[in-house]
Amino acid sequence: MKATKEQADEYKRLVMRRSPRPAVLRNALWAFGVGGTICAVGQFFLNLALLGGLPLTEAVSLVAGVMIAIGAGLTGLGVYDRIGKRAGMGAALPITGFANSIASAAMDFRREGLLLGVGARLFTIAGPVIVYALAAGLVVAIIRMLVAGPAGS
Amino acid sequence: MTTKKNGQTIGFSNPPAVLGAAAVVGPKEGAGPLAGWFDVVKADRLLGMKSWEQAETKMVEEAVNLALAKAKVRHQDVDFFLGGDLLNQIVATSFAARTLDVPFFGLYGACATVAEALALAAVLVDGGFAVNVALASSSHHDTAERQYRFPAEFGIQRPVTAQWTATAVGAAVVGPHGKGKVQVTHVTVGRVVDYGQKDPMDLGAAMAPAAADTIARHFEDTGRDPEAYDLILSGDLAAVGHPLCAELLERKGLRLDSRFVDCGLMLYDDTQEPVAGASGCGCSASVFAGYLFKNLEQGRFKRVLLVPTGALHSPTSCQQGESIPCVAHAVVLERSG
Repeated sequence: MKATKEQADEYKRLVMRRSPRPAVLRNALWAFGVGGTICAVGQFFLNLALLGGLPLTEAVSLVAGVMIAIGAGLTGLGVYDRIGKRAGMGAALPITGFANSIASAAMDFRREGLLLGVGARLFTIAGPVIVYALAAGLVVAIIRMLVAGPAGS
Repeated sequence: MTTKKNGQTIGFSNPPAVLGAAAVVGPKEGAGPLAGWFDVVKADRLLGMKSWEQAETKMVEEAVNLALAKAKVRHQDVDFFLGGDLLNQIVATSFAARTLDVPFFGLYGACATVAEALALAAVLVDGGFAVNVALASSSHHDTAERQYRFPAEFGIQRPVTAQWTATAVGAAVVGPHGKGKVQVTHVTVGRVVDYGQKDPMDLGAAMAPAAADTIARHFEDTGRDPEAYDLILSGDLAAVGHPLCAELLERKGLRLDSRFVDCGLMLYDDTQEPVAGASGCGCSASVFAGYLFKNLEQGRFKRVLLVPTGALHSPTSCQQGESIPCVAHAVVLERSG
Protein backbone atom coordinates (compact mmCIF):
# COMPACT_ATOMS: atom_id res chain seq x y z
CA MET A 1 0.00 0.00 0.00
CA LYS A 2 1.10 3.52 -0.67
CA ALA A 3 0.41 5.93 2.16
CA THR A 4 -1.79 8.95 1.42
CA LYS A 5 -0.15 12.35 1.24
CA GLU A 6 -1.37 13.15 4.78
CA GLN A 7 -0.08 9.86 6.21
CA ALA A 8 3.27 10.32 4.48
CA ASP A 9 3.60 13.91 5.72
CA GLU A 10 2.70 12.93 9.26
CA TYR A 11 5.22 10.10 9.18
CA LYS A 12 7.87 12.43 7.77
CA ARG A 13 7.37 14.73 10.77
CA LEU A 14 7.69 11.77 13.15
CA VAL A 15 10.92 10.66 11.44
CA MET A 16 12.34 14.18 11.67
CA ARG A 17 11.49 14.32 15.38
CA ARG A 18 13.06 10.95 16.13
CA SER A 19 16.12 11.04 13.87
CA PRO A 20 19.53 11.54 15.46
CA ARG A 21 21.19 14.88 14.78
CA PRO A 22 24.59 14.86 13.09
CA ALA A 23 27.44 16.10 15.29
CA VAL A 24 27.80 19.32 13.30
CA LEU A 25 30.47 20.97 15.47
CA ARG A 26 32.65 17.85 15.68
CA ASN A 27 32.31 17.28 11.94
CA ALA A 28 33.16 20.90 11.20
CA LEU A 29 36.26 20.76 13.41
CA TRP A 30 37.42 17.56 11.71
CA ALA A 31 36.80 19.06 8.26
CA PHE A 32 38.67 22.23 9.24
CA GLY A 33 41.62 20.34 10.71
CA VAL A 34 42.04 17.81 7.91
CA GLY A 35 41.27 20.25 5.08
CA GLY A 36 43.66 22.76 6.61
CA THR A 37 46.39 20.15 6.98
CA ILE A 38 46.05 19.11 3.34
CA CYS A 39 46.30 22.76 2.28
CA ALA A 40 49.35 23.29 4.52
CA VAL A 41 51.06 20.30 2.91
CA GLY A 42 50.30 21.81 -0.51
CA GLN A 43 51.67 25.18 0.61
CA PHE A 44 54.83 23.46 1.86
CA PHE A 45 55.46 21.91 -1.56
CA LEU A 46 54.64 25.20 -3.29
CA ASN A 47 57.17 27.08 -1.18
CA LEU A 48 59.71 24.34 -1.83
CA ALA A 49 59.16 24.60 -5.59
CA LEU A 50 59.43 28.41 -5.49
CA LEU A 51 62.61 28.16 -3.42
CA GLY A 52 63.93 25.78 -6.07
CA GLY A 53 63.50 28.58 -8.57
CA LEU A 54 60.37 27.47 -10.48
CA PRO A 55 58.10 30.22 -11.83
CA LEU A 56 54.77 30.46 -9.97
CA THR A 57 52.51 28.99 -12.71
CA GLU A 58 54.74 25.95 -13.12
CA ALA A 59 55.18 25.53 -9.37
CA VAL A 60 51.37 25.45 -8.96
CA SER A 61 51.05 22.73 -11.62
CA LEU A 62 53.79 20.72 -9.94
CA VAL A 63 52.10 20.98 -6.54
CA ALA A 64 48.76 19.88 -8.04
CA GLY A 65 50.53 16.81 -9.45
CA VAL A 66 52.19 16.03 -6.12
CA MET A 67 48.90 16.37 -4.21
CA ILE A 68 47.11 14.13 -6.72
CA ALA A 69 49.85 11.52 -6.27
CA ILE A 70 49.47 11.74 -2.48
CA GLY A 71 45.67 11.41 -2.68
CA ALA A 72 45.82 8.47 -5.07
CA GLY A 73 48.60 6.84 -3.04
CA LEU A 74 46.66 7.10 0.22
CA THR A 75 43.62 5.66 -1.58
CA GLY A 76 45.66 2.70 -2.78
CA LEU A 77 46.92 2.10 0.74
CA GLY A 78 43.33 2.08 2.01
CA VAL A 79 43.82 5.16 4.18
CA TYR A 80 41.94 7.93 2.38
CA ASP A 81 38.47 6.46 2.90
CA ARG A 82 39.13 6.46 6.63
CA ILE A 83 40.20 10.09 6.55
CA GLY A 84 37.13 10.96 4.47
CA LYS A 85 34.77 9.21 6.88
CA ARG A 86 35.82 11.61 9.63
CA ALA A 87 36.64 14.76 7.73
CA GLY A 88 33.81 14.79 5.16
CA MET A 89 34.22 17.75 2.82
CA GLY A 90 37.53 18.58 4.49
CA ALA A 91 38.95 15.56 2.69
CA ALA A 92 36.67 15.61 -0.37
CA LEU A 93 37.10 19.19 -1.49
CA PRO A 94 40.91 19.50 -1.88
CA ILE A 95 42.45 18.02 -5.02
CA THR A 96 43.46 14.94 -3.02
CA GLY A 97 39.75 14.15 -2.67
CA PHE A 98 39.30 14.45 -6.42
CA ALA A 99 42.20 12.01 -6.85
CA ASN A 100 40.55 9.69 -4.32
CA SER A 101 37.28 9.66 -6.23
CA ILE A 102 39.07 8.59 -9.41
CA ALA A 103 41.56 6.14 -7.85
CA SER A 104 38.85 4.43 -5.77
CA ALA A 105 36.70 3.94 -8.88
CA ALA A 106 39.69 2.57 -10.78
CA MET A 107 40.39 0.08 -7.99
CA ASP A 108 36.77 -1.00 -7.68
CA PHE A 109 36.10 -1.52 -11.37
CA ARG A 110 39.46 -3.09 -12.22
CA ARG A 111 37.83 -6.51 -11.94
CA GLU A 112 35.39 -5.70 -14.72
CA GLY A 113 38.32 -5.22 -17.10
CA LEU A 114 40.38 -2.30 -18.40
CA LEU A 115 37.91 -1.20 -21.06
CA LEU A 116 34.38 -1.56 -19.67
CA GLY A 117 35.54 -1.50 -16.04
CA VAL A 118 38.25 1.08 -15.47
CA GLY A 119 37.78 2.87 -18.80
CA ALA A 120 34.03 3.33 -18.62
CA ARG A 121 33.67 3.80 -14.86
CA LEU A 122 36.76 5.84 -13.94
CA PHE A 123 34.76 9.07 -13.72
CA THR A 124 31.56 7.73 -12.11
CA ILE A 125 32.05 10.07 -9.15
CA ALA A 126 34.34 12.73 -10.61
CA GLY A 127 32.43 12.95 -13.90
CA PRO A 128 29.71 15.37 -12.77
CA VAL A 129 32.36 17.69 -11.29
CA ILE A 130 34.20 17.84 -14.60
CA VAL A 131 31.03 18.23 -16.67
CA TYR A 132 29.64 21.09 -14.61
CA ALA A 133 33.02 22.76 -14.10
CA LEU A 134 33.46 22.87 -17.89
CA ALA A 135 29.87 24.01 -18.41
CA ALA A 136 30.22 26.75 -15.79
CA GLY A 137 33.55 27.82 -17.33
CA LEU A 138 31.89 28.11 -20.72
CA VAL A 139 29.02 30.22 -19.37
CA VAL A 140 31.41 32.53 -17.51
CA ALA A 141 33.59 32.89 -20.62
CA ILE A 142 30.58 33.84 -22.75
CA ILE A 143 29.45 36.42 -20.20
CA ARG A 144 32.95 37.86 -20.02
CA MET A 145 33.13 38.07 -23.81
CA LEU A 146 29.78 39.86 -23.99
CA VAL A 147 30.74 42.31 -21.26
CA ALA A 148 34.40 42.97 -21.96
CA GLY A 149 34.90 41.78 -25.52
CA PRO A 150 37.11 38.88 -26.68
CA ALA A 151 40.01 37.90 -24.41
CA GLY A 152 43.24 39.75 -25.06
CA SER A 153 41.45 42.81 -26.40
CA MET B 1 -4.79 -30.87 4.31
CA THR B 2 -5.45 -28.96 7.51
CA THR B 3 -3.19 -25.97 7.08
CA LYS B 4 -5.11 -22.79 7.92
CA LYS B 5 -4.83 -19.39 6.40
CA ASN B 6 -6.23 -16.43 8.27
CA GLY B 7 -5.81 -12.99 6.75
CA GLN B 8 -2.16 -12.75 5.81
CA THR B 9 -1.09 -15.52 8.17
CA ILE B 10 -0.54 -19.18 7.43
CA GLY B 11 -0.68 -21.56 10.40
CA PHE B 12 0.91 -24.93 9.74
CA SER B 13 -0.97 -27.82 11.26
CA ASN B 14 2.09 -30.05 10.98
CA PRO B 15 4.74 -27.41 11.60
CA PRO B 16 7.87 -28.22 9.57
CA ALA B 17 11.10 -28.46 11.55
CA VAL B 18 14.31 -26.54 11.08
CA LEU B 19 16.74 -29.46 10.96
CA GLY B 20 19.92 -27.45 11.03
CA ALA B 21 21.26 -23.95 10.49
CA ALA B 22 24.64 -22.33 9.96
CA ALA B 23 25.95 -18.78 9.92
CA VAL B 24 29.13 -17.74 8.12
CA VAL B 25 30.22 -14.15 8.73
CA GLY B 26 32.98 -11.67 7.93
CA PRO B 27 35.63 -10.29 10.28
CA LYS B 28 33.65 -7.26 11.49
CA GLU B 29 30.60 -9.36 12.37
CA GLY B 30 32.92 -11.93 13.97
CA ALA B 31 34.30 -9.23 16.25
CA GLY B 32 30.84 -8.16 17.41
CA PRO B 33 28.71 -9.17 20.40
CA LEU B 34 27.29 -12.28 18.68
CA ALA B 35 30.72 -13.66 17.67
CA GLY B 36 30.34 -16.82 19.76
CA TRP B 37 27.09 -17.78 18.01
CA PHE B 38 28.44 -17.90 14.48
CA ASP B 39 29.74 -21.13 13.00
CA VAL B 40 32.47 -19.68 10.83
CA VAL B 41 34.16 -16.29 11.09
CA LYS B 42 36.22 -15.30 8.05
CA ALA B 43 39.50 -13.51 8.63
CA ASP B 44 39.08 -11.24 5.61
CA ARG B 45 36.28 -10.23 3.27
CA LEU B 46 37.90 -11.44 0.04
CA LEU B 47 38.49 -15.05 1.16
CA GLY B 48 41.42 -15.31 -1.24
CA MET B 49 39.05 -15.02 -4.21
CA LYS B 50 39.42 -12.80 -7.27
CA SER B 51 36.41 -10.60 -6.53
CA TRP B 52 34.04 -9.67 -3.69
CA GLU B 53 31.24 -11.35 -5.64
CA GLN B 54 33.13 -14.63 -5.76
CA ALA B 55 33.80 -14.34 -2.03
CA GLU B 56 30.07 -13.91 -1.32
CA THR B 57 29.23 -16.97 -3.43
CA LYS B 58 31.87 -18.97 -1.59
CA MET B 59 30.33 -17.98 1.74
CA VAL B 60 26.87 -19.06 0.58
CA GLU B 61 28.20 -22.45 -0.51
CA GLU B 62 29.99 -22.94 2.79
CA ALA B 63 26.97 -21.95 4.88
CA VAL B 64 24.59 -24.25 2.98
CA ASN B 65 27.01 -27.19 3.12
CA LEU B 66 27.47 -26.63 6.84
CA ALA B 67 23.71 -26.40 7.45
CA LEU B 68 23.21 -29.64 5.50
CA ALA B 69 25.92 -31.38 7.50
CA LYS B 70 24.38 -30.23 10.77
CA ALA B 71 20.94 -31.33 9.63
CA LYS B 72 22.46 -34.66 8.55
CA VAL B 73 20.87 -34.28 5.14
CA ARG B 74 22.82 -35.35 2.04
CA HIS B 75 22.89 -33.23 -1.12
CA GLN B 76 20.93 -35.80 -3.08
CA ASP B 77 18.15 -35.65 -0.47
CA VAL B 78 17.59 -31.92 -0.90
CA ASP B 79 14.40 -31.34 -2.87
CA PHE B 80 14.77 -27.59 -3.32
CA PHE B 81 17.20 -24.83 -2.54
CA LEU B 82 15.65 -21.39 -1.93
CA GLY B 83 17.70 -18.26 -1.54
CA GLY B 84 18.61 -14.77 -2.52
CA ASP B 85 20.91 -11.84 -1.92
CA LEU B 86 21.20 -8.14 -2.72
CA LEU B 87 23.10 -8.31 -5.98
CA ASN B 88 21.66 -7.64 -9.42
CA GLN B 89 20.22 -10.89 -10.77
CA ILE B 90 20.97 -12.43 -7.31
CA VAL B 91 24.23 -13.81 -8.68
CA ALA B 92 25.80 -14.68 -5.32
CA THR B 93 23.07 -17.21 -4.60
CA SER B 94 22.51 -18.40 -8.19
CA PHE B 95 26.22 -19.09 -8.59
CA ALA B 96 26.24 -21.01 -5.32
CA ALA B 97 23.24 -22.99 -6.60
CA ARG B 98 25.31 -23.93 -9.64
CA THR B 99 27.80 -25.64 -7.33
CA LEU B 100 25.19 -27.11 -4.98
CA ASP B 101 23.51 -28.73 -7.98
CA VAL B 102 19.97 -29.07 -6.54
CA PRO B 103 16.66 -27.67 -7.86
CA PHE B 104 16.71 -23.94 -7.19
CA PHE B 105 14.20 -21.16 -6.60
CA GLY B 106 15.87 -17.74 -6.65
CA LEU B 107 14.19 -15.26 -4.32
CA TYR B 108 14.37 -11.52 -3.89
CA GLY B 109 12.94 -9.78 -0.88
CA ALA B 110 15.92 -7.52 -0.15
CA CYS B 111 16.85 -7.89 3.53
CA ALA B 112 13.63 -9.81 4.23
CA THR B 113 14.75 -12.67 1.97
CA VAL B 114 15.45 -15.11 4.80
CA ALA B 115 11.82 -14.84 5.96
CA GLU B 116 10.55 -15.31 2.43
CA ALA B 117 12.73 -18.43 2.15
CA LEU B 118 11.63 -19.82 5.53
CA ALA B 119 7.97 -19.22 4.69
CA LEU B 120 8.15 -20.87 1.28
CA ALA B 121 10.26 -23.77 2.59
CA ALA B 122 7.67 -24.44 5.29
CA VAL B 123 4.84 -24.23 2.73
CA LEU B 124 6.63 -26.72 0.45
CA VAL B 125 7.27 -29.16 3.29
CA ASP B 126 3.87 -28.88 4.97
CA GLY B 127 2.15 -29.08 1.60
CA GLY B 128 3.85 -32.40 0.95
CA PHE B 129 5.80 -31.16 -2.06
CA ALA B 130 9.21 -31.59 -0.47
CA VAL B 131 10.92 -33.46 2.32
CA ASN B 132 14.06 -31.38 2.75
CA VAL B 133 14.39 -27.77 1.65
CA ALA B 134 17.68 -25.90 1.97
CA LEU B 135 17.66 -22.12 2.15
CA ALA B 136 20.15 -19.29 2.36
CA SER B 137 20.28 -15.53 2.36
CA SER B 138 23.45 -13.51 2.05
CA SER B 139 24.97 -10.07 1.83
CA HIS B 140 28.52 -8.83 1.50
CA HIS B 141 29.57 -5.34 2.47
CA ASP B 142 31.72 -4.66 -0.57
CA THR B 143 29.48 -6.18 -3.25
CA ALA B 144 26.49 -4.25 -1.90
CA GLU B 145 28.29 -0.94 -1.38
CA ARG B 146 29.64 -0.80 -4.92
CA GLN B 147 26.25 -1.65 -6.36
CA TYR B 148 24.12 0.63 -4.23
CA ARG B 149 26.54 3.40 -3.28
CA PHE B 150 30.22 4.12 -3.86
CA PRO B 151 33.52 2.32 -4.46
CA ALA B 152 35.00 0.78 -1.31
CA GLU B 153 37.95 3.18 -1.04
CA PHE B 154 35.95 6.35 -1.73
CA GLY B 155 36.34 8.68 1.25
CA ILE B 156 32.80 9.77 1.94
CA GLN B 157 31.21 10.70 5.24
CA ARG B 158 28.17 8.57 6.04
CA PRO B 159 25.14 10.28 7.52
CA VAL B 160 24.27 9.23 11.08
CA THR B 161 21.22 7.37 9.81
CA ALA B 162 23.20 5.15 7.42
CA GLN B 163 23.61 1.46 8.14
CA TRP B 164 26.45 -0.92 7.44
CA THR B 165 25.75 -3.81 5.04
CA ALA B 166 26.81 -6.93 6.89
CA THR B 167 29.11 -9.51 5.37
CA ALA B 168 27.16 -12.54 6.49
CA VAL B 169 25.26 -15.60 5.34
CA GLY B 170 22.61 -17.55 7.15
CA ALA B 171 21.58 -20.96 5.84
CA ALA B 172 19.15 -23.57 7.12
CA VAL B 173 17.46 -26.83 6.21
CA VAL B 174 13.71 -27.19 6.72
CA GLY B 175 12.34 -30.72 6.92
CA PRO B 176 9.40 -32.83 8.07
CA HIS B 177 7.41 -32.15 11.23
CA GLY B 178 8.81 -33.90 14.27
CA LYS B 179 12.31 -34.32 12.86
CA GLY B 180 13.76 -31.41 14.82
CA LYS B 181 13.18 -29.46 18.00
CA VAL B 182 12.75 -26.06 16.35
CA GLN B 183 9.70 -25.66 14.16
CA VAL B 184 8.06 -23.07 11.95
CA THR B 185 4.47 -22.77 13.17
CA HIS B 186 3.18 -19.62 11.45
CA VAL B 187 4.22 -17.16 8.80
CA THR B 188 2.66 -13.77 8.17
CA VAL B 189 3.34 -12.61 4.65
CA GLY B 190 3.74 -8.85 4.53
CA ARG B 191 2.31 -6.41 2.05
CA VAL B 192 4.51 -3.84 0.38
CA VAL B 193 4.23 -0.62 2.38
CA ASP B 194 5.44 2.78 1.22
CA TYR B 195 5.24 5.83 3.47
CA GLY B 196 6.91 8.12 1.00
CA GLN B 197 10.44 7.97 2.44
CA LYS B 198 13.05 8.65 -0.22
CA ASP B 199 16.44 8.63 1.51
CA PRO B 200 18.45 5.47 0.68
CA MET B 201 20.84 6.46 3.47
CA ASP B 202 17.99 6.16 6.00
CA LEU B 203 16.45 2.78 5.23
CA GLY B 204 15.44 2.12 8.84
CA ALA B 205 12.92 4.95 8.71
CA ALA B 206 11.64 3.70 5.34
CA MET B 207 11.17 0.11 6.58
CA ALA B 208 9.65 0.79 10.02
CA PRO B 209 6.03 1.19 8.76
CA ALA B 210 6.26 -2.13 6.84
CA ALA B 211 7.51 -3.93 9.95
CA ALA B 212 4.79 -2.35 12.10
CA ASP B 213 2.15 -3.31 9.51
CA THR B 214 3.20 -6.96 9.41
CA ILE B 215 3.62 -7.27 13.19
CA ALA B 216 0.20 -5.73 13.86
CA ARG B 217 -1.34 -7.97 11.20
CA HIS B 218 0.29 -11.01 12.76
CA PHE B 219 -1.28 -10.35 16.17
CA GLU B 220 -4.64 -9.62 14.58
CA ASP B 221 -4.60 -12.81 12.48
CA THR B 222 -3.43 -15.10 15.28
CA GLY B 223 -5.35 -13.45 18.11
CA ARG B 224 -2.18 -13.58 20.21
CA ASP B 225 -0.69 -10.97 22.50
CA PRO B 226 2.96 -9.86 22.39
CA GLU B 227 3.38 -11.73 25.71
CA ALA B 228 3.07 -14.98 23.75
CA TYR B 229 6.64 -14.44 22.53
CA ASP B 230 9.95 -14.53 24.37
CA LEU B 231 11.48 -12.35 21.71
CA ILE B 232 10.25 -10.34 18.75
CA LEU B 233 13.07 -9.50 16.35
CA SER B 234 12.86 -7.04 13.52
CA GLY B 235 15.40 -7.51 10.73
CA ASP B 236 17.52 -4.44 10.22
CA LEU B 237 15.58 -1.37 11.34
CA ALA B 238 18.60 -0.27 13.39
CA ALA B 239 18.91 2.78 15.63
CA VAL B 240 16.52 5.00 13.66
CA GLY B 241 13.90 2.53 12.45
CA HIS B 242 13.53 0.33 15.51
CA PRO B 243 12.19 2.99 17.92
CA LEU B 244 10.03 4.36 15.08
CA CYS B 245 8.50 0.92 14.60
CA ALA B 246 7.87 0.57 18.35
CA GLU B 247 6.13 3.95 18.33
CA LEU B 248 3.96 3.06 15.32
CA LEU B 249 2.94 -0.17 17.06
CA GLU B 250 2.13 1.66 20.27
CA ARG B 251 -0.21 3.90 18.31
CA LYS B 252 -1.99 0.73 17.21
CA GLY B 253 -2.23 -0.29 20.86
CA LEU B 254 0.58 -2.87 20.81
CA ARG B 255 3.27 -2.58 23.49
CA LEU B 256 6.13 -4.97 22.78
CA ASP B 257 8.42 -3.64 25.54
CA SER B 258 11.90 -5.08 26.00
CA ARG B 259 11.12 -8.28 24.11
CA PHE B 260 11.24 -6.22 20.91
CA VAL B 261 14.81 -6.21 19.61
CA ASP B 262 16.47 -5.70 16.23
CA CYS B 263 19.02 -7.91 14.44
CA GLY B 264 20.66 -4.78 13.01
CA LEU B 265 21.35 -3.53 16.53
CA MET B 266 22.72 -6.88 17.72
CA LEU B 267 25.45 -7.48 15.15
CA TYR B 268 27.88 -4.71 16.11
CA ASP B 269 28.72 -2.93 19.33
CA ASP B 270 29.08 0.80 19.84
CA THR B 271 32.83 0.84 19.36
CA GLN B 272 32.47 -0.60 15.87
CA GLU B 273 32.13 1.97 13.18
CA PRO B 274 28.59 1.61 11.76
CA VAL B 275 26.60 4.55 12.96
CA ALA B 276 23.01 3.33 13.00
CA GLY B 277 23.55 -0.46 12.92
CA ALA B 278 23.78 -3.35 10.50
CA SER B 279 21.70 -4.13 7.42
CA GLY B 280 21.68 -6.56 4.52
CA CYS B 281 20.12 -9.93 3.70
CA GLY B 282 22.82 -11.60 5.78
CA CYS B 283 22.03 -9.54 8.88
CA SER B 284 18.73 -11.16 9.90
CA ALA B 285 19.77 -14.44 8.23
CA SER B 286 22.93 -14.84 10.31
CA VAL B 287 21.24 -13.73 13.53
CA PHE B 288 18.54 -16.32 12.83
CA ALA B 289 20.91 -19.15 11.85
CA GLY B 290 23.48 -18.34 14.55
CA TYR B 291 21.93 -16.79 17.61
CA LEU B 292 18.21 -17.50 17.34
CA PHE B 293 18.23 -21.10 16.13
CA LYS B 294 20.81 -22.21 18.69
CA ASN B 295 19.02 -20.50 21.57
CA LEU B 296 15.76 -22.16 20.53
CA GLU B 297 17.45 -25.52 20.12
CA GLN B 298 19.03 -25.25 23.56
CA GLY B 299 15.68 -24.33 25.05
CA ARG B 300 16.51 -20.80 26.20
CA PHE B 301 13.71 -19.43 24.03
CA LYS B 302 10.35 -21.15 23.72
CA ARG B 303 8.73 -19.09 21.01
CA VAL B 304 10.04 -16.16 18.98
CA LEU B 305 8.73 -13.95 16.19
CA LEU B 306 11.30 -13.11 13.53
CA VAL B 307 10.32 -10.17 11.32
CA PRO B 308 13.00 -9.46 8.68
CA THR B 309 12.50 -6.21 6.82
CA GLY B 310 13.46 -5.34 3.26
CA ALA B 311 13.70 -2.10 1.29
CA LEU B 312 12.64 -2.81 -2.28
CA HIS B 313 14.34 0.11 -4.02
CA SER B 314 17.11 0.17 -6.57
CA PRO B 315 19.74 2.85 -7.19
CA THR B 316 17.86 3.70 -10.41
CA SER B 317 14.47 4.07 -8.71
CA CYS B 318 15.97 6.36 -6.06
CA GLN B 319 17.76 8.50 -8.64
CA GLN B 320 14.47 8.88 -10.49
CA GLY B 321 12.93 10.32 -7.33
CA GLU B 322 10.73 7.34 -6.43
CA SER B 323 9.96 6.66 -2.78
CA ILE B 324 11.15 3.42 -1.17
CA PRO B 325 8.60 0.58 -0.95
CA CYS B 326 9.34 -1.88 1.85
CA VAL B 327 8.21 -5.30 2.98
CA ALA B 328 8.42 -7.36 6.16
CA HIS B 329 7.49 -10.99 6.71
CA ALA B 330 6.97 -12.55 10.13
CA VAL B 331 7.97 -16.11 10.98
CA VAL B 332 7.07 -17.86 14.23
CA LEU B 333 9.79 -20.22 15.44
CA GLU B 334 8.90 -22.47 18.31
CA ARG B 335 10.68 -25.09 20.32
CA SER B 336 8.64 -28.25 20.56
CA GLY B 337 8.48 -30.28 23.78
